[in-house]
Amino acid sequence: MKKAAIQLETLACPSCMQKIDNAVKALDGVEKDSVKVMFNASKVKLDFDEEKVSIENIEKAITSMGYEVIKSQVKAK
Amino acid sequence: MQRFVLGRRNQITLVSAIVIAAAFVSKLAFKNEVVFEWALLVASILGAVPIAIQAYQALRVKVVSIDVLVTIAVAGAFIIQNFEESAIVTFLFLFGGYLEQRTLNKTRSAIKELTEMAPESALKLMENGEFEEVEVDEVDVGDILLVKTGAKVPVDGTVLTGEGHINEASITGESVPVSKKVDSGVYAGTILENGTIQIIANRVGEDTTFGKIIELVEEAQDSKSEAERFIDRFSKFYTPAVLILAFIVWLITWDVELAITILVLGCPGALVIGVPVSNVAGIGNGARHGVLLKGSEVIQDFSRVHSVVFDKTGTLTIGNPKVADTEFYSDDMETVLGYLASVENESDHPLAKAIVEHIGDTRLYEVENTDVVKGGGIVALVDGHRVAVGNAALMEQENVHLSEKAREDIALFEKKGNSLVLTSVDGELKALMGIRDQIRPGVKSHLQKLKRMGVKNLIVLSGDNQGTVDLVAQELGLTEAHGHMLPEDKSAYIAELQAKGQIVAFVGDGVNDSPSLALADIGIAMGSGTDVAIETSDVVLMNSDFSRLPVALGLTKATARNMLQNIVIAIGVVLVLLTNLFFSSWVTMSVGMLVHEASILVVILNGMRLLRYRLR
Repeated sequence: MKKAAIQLETLACPSCMQKIDNAVKALDGVEKDSVKVMFNASKVKLDFDEEKVSIENIEKAITSMGYEVIKSQVKAK
Repeated sequence: MQRFVLGRRNQITLVSAIVIAAAFVSKLAFKNEVVFEWALLVASILGAVPIAIQAYQALRVKVVSIDVLVTIAVAGAFIIQNFEESAIVTFLFLFGGYLEQRTLNKTRSAIKELTEMAPESALKLMENGEFEEVEVDEVDVGDILLVKTGAKVPVDGTVLTGEGHINEASITGESVPVSKKVDSGVYAGTILENGTIQIIANRVGEDTTFGKIIELVEEAQDSKSEAERFIDRFSKFYTPAVLILAFIVWLITWDVELAITILVLGCPGALVIGVPVSNVAGIGNGARHGVLLKGSEVIQDFSRVHSVVFDKTGTLTIGNPKVADTEFYSDDMETVLGYLASVENESDHPLAKAIVEHIGDTRLYEVENTDVVKGGGIVALVDGHRVAVGNAALMEQENVHLSEKAREDIALFEKKGNSLVLTSVDGELKALMGIRDQIRPGVKSHLQKLKRMGVKNLIVLSGDNQGTVDLVAQELGLTEAHGHMLPEDKSAYIAELQAKGQIVAFVGDGVNDSPSLALADIGIAMGSGTDVAIETSDVVLMNSDFSRLPVALGLTKATARNMLQNIVIAIGVVLVLLTNLFFSSWVTMSVGMLVHEASILVVILNGMRLLRYRLR
């Protein structure tokens, strides 16, 4: 299990959060209860299983929703 | 393609604005209706594309977002060929989004400034004996680092060599530089204003005080109260409900225009954004002024607090005893004080330290035959005289005669809550000193501010005897005082107040009163950046600054009020629009969008006022 903190471009609409939330949770290997989309910090925090899904895949799921990823930090949990 | 379009939203908005302006010029100035209609059609399509893409993305992950509502509304306007409405609505929606982003950045600026103070690089001593610049992530505990004038201290550490002045505003909110020399502790994120120092790293990265503060504030700005979670759940069903409502209205009336107007009016913008905006601005303001609020629940609770319970030592008082009263029985006080300081210099008893500090620089004498009398004091030979320093029992043992006046003084000093230190030279009483823990300067006026802001009960709990606690309570105008209390008695007392339905805040230093901090509705730690304080409490007053307490209360009250205003504005606007839609004719789709976007900006601007909030 790894822990990721993904910094996004500034989020402006709260309904973005729901979109990102659903998009990330739909990925296999992402711990669903751990996903936290932070509106004001414009960050996504989540735990994931690196054997099932890579951080690049998670980033791609977010960018394909139309939100730029600025940087990601991955740490062992 | 999608990313290309979305990345150029702002340019598209601008072009769309120009085309709409051109359309109206051609209609009003040249009476050309054909160009007018075509130009608006172009503007509509331009504006609708990015919105439709976002709507598609939302639907793909099963979210009925605002974009979906607007896209359907614009499609409806196309069907009834009302290009004027569709062009203006899409433009307003995009332009509103742009303004929201700009203004939201403002409300978040306080916290952003804080996180940007995080150090990025460090000068680290390498194996070859040279200092090299490395990323701050590469610094480990035990590394030796060089900090030059104007640079940020990269980690928490201890000064090894050199000295200088450090601005610790990022930690304490206090921008007066603090002097640092060998063995002083330094904190990550603070700035060396002059001098050069070498430090050894004690804590790095997220373990530093600054790292913890950032983490805490970042979590706090997005933490949600019960009310917000309700709004979130509500808005999940709200947008689909608006969609269904519009569809039903269309089925009944066959009036496309009415149905799509409902879609636009139903956008839940201001309601969802209003509370988070107040939250982030309020917490940001606090973080800049030495008050860390751990989220929105804390703001709600603290703003309605009934009783504030204080720990005494270290909270209301400084926690380090000082000489408060003196009485002398000699003409040659300089010599007596010299003797006294010489004897007390031999001891590391807290009372002795207080006396040495009180006397300050004086002539010191050689001390011989020092004899510590247990539970009494010290007897020694100084400059050929027998000097006894201690309590009344020691004086009796030394056969010192106490005059009537001296007895009265002793009784008076005791009544004031002092510990007594008497000094005799060759069997004659020369000096009487009363030592007590000092009340923090300004505490009384800060407590009065709390009362003025509506706190009903100010209560002190302490392990000290009831007499001392009563004195403190009397001096500070507290409503209740209870002595002889163990830590578990304090938490039991808080539970009792809560059982009576009160919202209770507990203010302590976080050292031995963590049960009370945890149990109280709002635990407030007077932390000089101690980890325990930061972790166990709900509100942290940086730098143990008592004056932050009324600031914190005022700020939470202002923030809670601001949230309520925003909720009222948001709901009020929707209600006014909906009633007017049915009972008058001025509400069209573009008016609806205009009012909707305007209300979002109003709640953001209202939230922004909190950034400038100061306690008067």
